[in-house]
Parts: sequence; C-alpha cells; structure tokens
Amino acid sequence: MINFVLLFSRQGKVRLTKWYSPYSQKERSKVIRELSGAILSRGPKLCKFVEWRGCKVVYRRYASLYFCMCIDSEDNELEILEIIHYFVEILDRYFGSVCELDLIFNFHKAYYILDEILIAGELQESSKKTIARLIAAQDALVETAKEQANSISNVIAQATK
Amino acid sequence: MNPFSSGTRLRDMIRAIRACKTAAEERAVVRKECAAIRAAISENDQDYRHRNLAKLMFIHMLGYPTHFGQMECLKLIASADFPEKRIGYLGLMLLLDERQEVLMLVTNSLKQDLNHSNQFIVGLALCALGNICSAEMARDLAPEVERLLQSRDPNIKKKAALCSIRIIRKVPDLAENFMGPAAGLLKEKHHGVLIAGVQLCTDLCKASTEALQYLRKNCTDGSIRILRDVSNSPYAPEYDISGITDPFLHIRVLKLMRMLGQGDADASEYMNDILAQVATKTESNKNAGNAILYECVETIMGIEATSGLRVLAINILGRFLSNRDNNIRYVALNMLMKAFTVDPQAVQRHRSTILECVKDSDASIRKRALELVYLLVNETNVQPLTKELIDYLEVSEQEFKEDLTAKICSIIEKYSPDKLWYIDQMLKVLSEAGNYVKDDVWHALIVVVSNASDLQGYTVRSLYRALQSSPEQESLVRVAVWCIGEYGEMLVNNVGVLDGEEPITVTESDAVDVVEAALRHHSSDITTRAMSLISLLKLSSRFPPTTERIREIITHEKGSLLLELQQRSIEFHAIIQKHQNIKSSLLERMPVLDESTYVRKKVGSSDATFSADKTGQRVSAGTPVNIPNGVAKQQAAPLVDLLDLSSDDVPVASSSATDFLNDLLGVDLPSQSSSGVVSTGTTDLLMDLLSIGTSPVQNDLLAPDNHTSSVATSGKIPSVSSPPSVKGVALETKSPQAPGPSPVLDLLDGLSDMSFSDENPTFPSITAFQSNSLKITFTFTKQPGKPQVTQIKASFTNMSSNTYTDFLFQAAVPKFVQLHLDPASSNILSASGNGSITQTLSVTNTQHGQKALAMRIRIAYKVNNQDMLEQGQVNNFPQGL
Repeated sequence: MINFVLLFSRQGKVRLTKWYSPYSQKERSKVIRELSGAILSRGPKLCKFVEWRGCKVVYRRYASLYFCMCIDSEDNELEILEIIHYFVEILDRYFGSVCELDLIFNFHKAYYILDEILIAGELQESSKKTIARLIAAQDALVETAKEQANSISNVIAQATK
Repeated sequence: MNPFSSGTRLRDMIRAIRACKTAAEERAVVRKECAAIRAAISENDQDYRHRNLAKLMFIHMLGYPTHFGQMECLKLIASADFPEKRIGYLGLMLLLDERQEVLMLVTNSLKQDLNHSNQFIVGLALCALGNICSAEMARDLAPEVERLLQSRDPNIKKKAALCSIRIIRKVPDLAENFMGPAAGLLKEKHHGVLIAGVQLCTDLCKASTEALQYLRKNCTDGSIRILRDVSNSPYAPEYDISGITDPFLHIRVLKLMRMLGQGDADASEYMNDILAQVATKTESNKNAGNAILYECVETIMGIEATSGLRVLAINILGRFLSNRDNNIRYVALNMLMKAFTVDPQAVQRHRSTILECVKDSDASIRKRALELVYLLVNETNVQPLTKELIDYLEVSEQEFKEDLTAKICSIIEKYSPDKLWYIDQMLKVLSEAGNYVKDDVWHALIVVVSNASDLQGYTVRSLYRALQSSPEQESLVRVAVWCIGEYGEMLVNNVGVLDGEEPITVTESDAVDVVEAALRHHSSDITTRAMSLISLLKLSSRFPPTTERIREIITHEKGSLLLELQQRSIEFHAIIQKHQNIKSSLLERMPVLDESTYVRKKVGSSDATFSADKTGQRVSAGTPVNIPNGVAKQQAAPLVDLLDLSSDDVPVASSSATDFLNDLLGVDLPSQSSSGVVSTGTTDLLMDLLSIGTSPVQNDLLAPDNHTSSVATSGKIPSVSSPPSVKGVALETKSPQAPGPSPVLDLLDGLSDMSFSDENPTFPSITAFQSNSLKITFTFTKQPGKPQVTQIKASFTNMSSNTYTDFLFQAAVPKFVQLHLDPASSNILSASGNGSITQTLSVTNTQHGQKALAMRIRIAYKVNNQDMLEQGQVNNFPQGL
C-alpha cells in the first residue's frame, strides 16, 4: 500500500501531503525533511527509488515539482511510477497544463482529485475519464449551491433595500 | 456581519504568504491570520467557516499548529450542504489523524452520510472513513460499508471496497463478513470496481486464512478470467497506458493470483497458461509493460509454477538486468534476491553483471547489488568475488565504504579456504579501509595470527610493508603494532619466509621507528597509543640494543595528559630502568589465544562485549594495579595464586617462577617445620562411607566466572585492559593475607606470571570450607605435562580462641578420582588464626576435562580433650582440574 504521498518543490517547499498510515505531526515534519533532502540531492540519471526506513520511496520530477509516494518494500515500484504519472495527467487535464502555481492556489482541488484516485493507500480507478467526470459533477454541485446562496442573498438584499 | 472576522480571501492570504521574504515575515502573516480565524471560531461565524478551514489547511501544510480548527471540520461535516461537507471532510482528513479523540465525535455524522441519498456525499464519507478511520470507528461503521458494497452505483461500490480494506486492516476479525461480497465484486465489468475488488480480496487473503481458503475456492477462476480478459482486450482508449490496456488491473490481479497460488499446486496449475501468456506477450519497451512483467515474474516465483515458467521468469530478469534504465535494473536486482531462494543456480549465472552493479554510480542500485553479491558468495567463488570487491573498495565513495567493508569482512571470515588467504585479504581490507573496520574484525585477525605459528613471520612482514603505504588506517596500525611487538624478531630475521615472498630488510631500529610513528601519529587514539607503548616495551626485550632509545621514547610519554598513557609509560619506564635482569622473561611472547572460545564468544555477544570492553577501559584508567595485567594480557587467576604464595604459608617451590619471585621480592616467608603426627590415609574407608560418586556437581559457581574472564581477556587482548582482571586483582590486594603490595610489586606479579603460565596453567585458590571454628583454603598446582594430576595444598586456620589438638583431616573423592594424602605439617592448631597447619593432597582426575572434581571432607580434633567433628563438601573447585 501507499503509506503517504508527498509533493514538494525544487526548493523543498511542501505543496501537498497525504498520509494513509498514522504518523504524528512531529514524525510528519521529520519525514518531509529527511526525504526532501535525500531526493533533492539525487542526480537526474539515477533510479527513482530511495530505500528509506524499511520502505521504498518512489519519486518522479515534473518541472520544478517532485512527486513522491512511499510504499512497502514488497510493492511494485514500477507501477507506482505509472500511478504518479497518471495523477499528473489528470491534474494536467483538470487545470489545463498544470503548473506549480495551480497547485499552490488550488491546493484543495488537487486533494479532491487525489481522493478520487487513492483511498486507504490503494488505487481506486484506472480511467482518467471517469475521474474527470466525477470531479466535474462534484464541482457542479458546489457551483449550483453557490448560485443558490447568491440568489438567496440577492433576494434578501433586495427585500431589505 | 462581523467586520473583524471577514478577513481576507484564501487567494489573498496565499499571495501574502508567498510575498514574504523571510521566515519571520511569514510567521507574522500566519499569526495574524490564525488570530482572525480563532476570533471567527469563537464567534461561531458561519458564513466564512469553509473559507477559514481552507486557510487553516494551507497554514497546516506550511507546518504551523492548527489543532484549534479541528472542531470546525466537524461543524462543516454536520452541515446539510455538499460544498460545506466537501471542505469539512477534506479538513478532517488533513488536520486530524486516527489517533485523535476528536475523531470519535464524527462517527455519527459519518453514519448519517453513509446513508445519504446523494451518491457524492456517500462518496465523501467513504473516502474519509477509508483514509483515517480508527479501529473503533471501523467496528461501528463496518455494517454500513458492507451494505454499500451491494450498491448499484460503481463509484460507491469501489469506494466501499477500498474502505473495507482499511476496516479489515484495522480489525482483522471482521474479514469473514467481507469474504462473500468481495468475491462478488470480481464478477463486475467496471474496471474501478474490479481494481478495488481485487485489492480487497488480496487484503482478505492476508488478514485471515479462512478467507484465503474461501477465496481460493471461489475466486481463482474469476481472477484468471479477469487477467485473460484484460490482457486479450482490444485497444481501449479509456484505459490505455502506452499501448497496454489497464496495467493497474493487470498488476493487481497478478498480485491476487500470487496470494491464491502460494503453496497450492492445483490453483497454481490453473494459472500456468495465462502467466506464460502474460510473460511472453507483454511489450517490454515501456515502463508500464515492464511493471506488468515484473509483477508477473514475482507471481511465478511465488506460486508453485512449472520449471519451464520459472526459466521464463529468470530470463526476463536477465533482460531487465542488462537494461540501460536504472529503474529496471534496480527492480531486477531486487527480484533476483527473491529468486535466489527458488533457483540459486540461475541467479549465479548473472554474477558478473551483478558485480558490475556493485560499482554503479547509483547508491540504491549499489546497495541492492551488494546485498545480492553477499548472497551469491559460496566456497567456490569466494576468491574471485572477494578480489573484485576489494579492488572496488579502492575506488568506492567514502559513504559506501562502511557498508562494503562490513560485507567484505563478513565474507572473508565466513568462507576463507585457508588462513593464509584470510590474512592476505584482511590485510588488504585493513590497508584500504582500516578506518571502517569494526573492532571485532581486527580482534579476530589477531586471534588467527596468534594461532598460525607458521604464518606469523609472513604476517608481520606484510603488515610492516602495508604500514609503509597506509599509515592512516587505524585498525591496520593497531594490528601491525601488536604483531611487531609480539613477532618483532621474525620481522628482522626473516623467519618463516613463504615461497614467493619477497625478502625484506628491516633493521631493529626500523621496527622501533614504525611503532614510534604510530605512537606519535596525530590521528592515533588512546588505544593505538597504549598498544604502541606495550609494543615498544616488548621490543626493548626482543632487541636489547634499542633499549636505550625505547626508554627515551617512553620517557617522552611520561608527561602525557592521558592518565592511561602516563601510567603505562611510568611503569614501563620503571621496568626498563630497574628490572633489566627479569625483563626478558616478563616480556615473553603472548600465549596462543583460544580461537574456538573467541569465535563462540563473538558469535554469542559481540555487541555486549564491546560495550563492556569500553566501560572496562574507562574504569581501569584510574586503577593502578590493573595496568600490568593489561600489559601481560593475563587472566586474574595466576595473580591470585602468586599473592597467596607470598602469604605466611609454607613456601612451596613448585615452579621456578615462584622461586624467582620470592627471591626477587625478598619476602621472608616463615617456614614451619613439619614435625608432628602424620595423618593416616583412611580415604578408602571414607569413600565408601560417604559415597560421593554420584553427588551433583555444582562447581559452576566460581569456576565459569573465572573461565569466562580468561576468555574475555584473551578475546580482547589488544584492548587496554579488561574488567574481570581489575576485579580479581583489586579483591586480592585487599586480602589481609597479602603482604601489603606496593605498586611495583603488583606490576611484577602481573608480568611474571606469563613466564610460566604457558605450559603450566594455574588456578585460583579457594576457600574449601569455613565454619565458626575452622577455615580451610586450597591452593592448586599442576605439574607440567600431567594435566590429570593436581597438587592441592590445604591450609587450616583455627578461628576459635581454643587450641585444637589431635587434628586430623580426611577427604573422600568420587570413584573416577584418585587421592593421596601426604602427612600434615602438625597436629596441633593454635588458637585465633595464629599459625596454621598445611597438608598436601595429590589428586588424579582420570576423567580430566570431562568431569569436574568434587570432594567431601571430614575434620576431627579435640578441644580441651573433647572430641569435635566437622564435615562438608567442596564443590567450588576451579574448572579444568
């Protein structure tokens, strides 16, 4: 299973963290510190796996962002590389050529997408189309709720004028 | 609306934080935002609750504390609208983890949402439950999740399946409830549901054997069908990844098949065909294809596959290993480790490639490869493999050297075909990476050298050469210094030259030079310096012409600020200065170290001995008496013996060493003339009477203690000193019988015992019997060459205030021992410990080395003409008598 997902920038700034195994706050910051150090120092030609505390961390770099997933030692590292790429493709399709800024300002949306891909550290869907459809449907729900709220407040505003 | 709590928009806050140039500025912005959010929380602001929570999540990601916002998540989750719930659940998953009490409060909301009519709200609840639920929540909500597995909506179904995985991971007892529904999921068409269902089945197999059996029966066909369908399916753009339809489903089914086929020949047989198809037909030019092949190989290795299939799998790994992509090579090495247990021969074929991987520039690959090489080594290939590894040691990176050195040393120790090879390889490692070699490794080397008498000359010359080229390698220096001290004359005189060994010309002063260099070298630590001092002292005896120079070197160290070194140099200086005549016998070569006990000891508790060793060193630094012991590397036992001899007993000239000691110390030992009644040898009678033959022998009270202490000392020879000897000496010097030893006397005691202990082992004296009225001590001596025969000198002391007359000592021994009693020195024992009677017993242990001595004793005497009788059993004989 995937123990956690970690996104950080070339500068070591955390952009997204998702924990599927219990780690205390203290451990979390330690993990992030250790791993970003270990991964950022690796050259581009080296393999994308780092052995760490009995687990394996699989990472992939996209522009200035590093996507890392920590898996158990018996899991399939090559598949995780594909899952990372799959996640990035969905983000890309959702934001329209995604960049780091999209993930900073719309971090919650990135989390929503991740929640449609992984639950309990396991993959839940292999179709990008299905995920896009589910996210769009939920976003639409939010929009209609907003519109309703706006129209209600307009009505109230009109009435109280 | 409250004007104070409205605050900024999320976007503005993120911009403000990003605009901060320093950490302090960032903290200020965050503090301000947090204050505003706290104010909003305390006012129970509803309009901006979701925005505040979003801000808190961002602040949380930056690493600031946000616990005060946890309750806001619960409020948002409890709200009726989807947008609030969505952000509320996200906050719940980010800000809380399963160990927080607050989480329990959400159980009720979750339960309601799991029963909601809106599929997306159910989805949110399932997602949150799957990601953070605790064991209690799992128990409470398992029935809801079970029900949702039957839902018609695939989105809910797949989420419920993954949520079930979390539940059975937290509470494995619940596995049986999920077996049926999980098997049902494998009949679906929707890939998301299939993936989730297959994973659920895999986790069920791990959680309970009952589930494993159920699923093996009901799902083997299903899983094979899924794999066949997906691998034969035509191009499907929705699931396509680089030309392969849904590699994720492939991999997950293969994983499930591994669980089902493991240890089950029937299930495995069904799988053979489809596995062969996947292994041969999958494209291997893209990562996705390789990921499937990798999983397929693992499944083939995991189940009871046919040999043909296994060959196929190993061949795939061979291809992986020669791939240029580092990722692929990494997984190949990883997989070969697992394949090794199945088919070691097949893995051996790739040895040269694996060896190349040890030299890779990538640390992850190097580590894997080294582990694998370590597995591959056996008696036949150890020599070339070790050579390769040692060659690589020269060029490897610093941080990799420690791992590599440990592995090489371990290989050498485990598989060395002969001692010469072992010594050669160890010297190479020491010269290349002596600073990375662990202490037990070079200790073991010294033990081996000490035992290999025909290789000592060769070793000391090789060490001398190695020291010229790599004087910085601490462990090499230590071993070299020790060997030069012990076998210095072999170095100078070229003793025991092996065939093909280059002759070397070393003068006596050259040998002293290298030891002096080690002593003076700036990087040498206290242990190395202490060893150098001993070595110099020994050399002063080996090479008399250099004595004056060595004395100067040692004098130089007398001002050392390190107590240990100062003490050594002062005491050694005294030996060179004042005891020239006895020095050569003091400084004889070390007795051969016991290899087997060392190995056993090392295997038993290498770590423990090392920590003890270190504390021992520290303790010993302040105790003057232990230094000589450290020098002579002798156990405490002989020392005890010697001190006992110098008490006011009858002097027994049992060995020349004691004679020389007595002369040397000029201790006037009062001899008591042996005139008086001779005790009669009634042992035969007594033996029958007491029938001691089968009495339980419990002499492991004292003996093993002593034994281990000697082992420990020999195991740690080069160490500065050893704790057991400290204890022994300290105790004995306090004994009232000892004639107040001066430090010099002690020094000599410790040193001199090595002159005779080689062939004539000594044993500590014991108190054989003690009552209110009488004390008996036994002192042991053995004749060289007769290990079975022990001379026991019994010494009787009267502890009461009355004089004993007609004193008679009798002893009985088991049948395997022969006993001969000599006449006692007297039959009158004066009161209050004034004087004593001594009597010599000669004991022959016919089962020497197998059974330990035991003895019953009876003492009869008269007090004021009244008959008295005392008896007892002696079980505390030292081991080895």
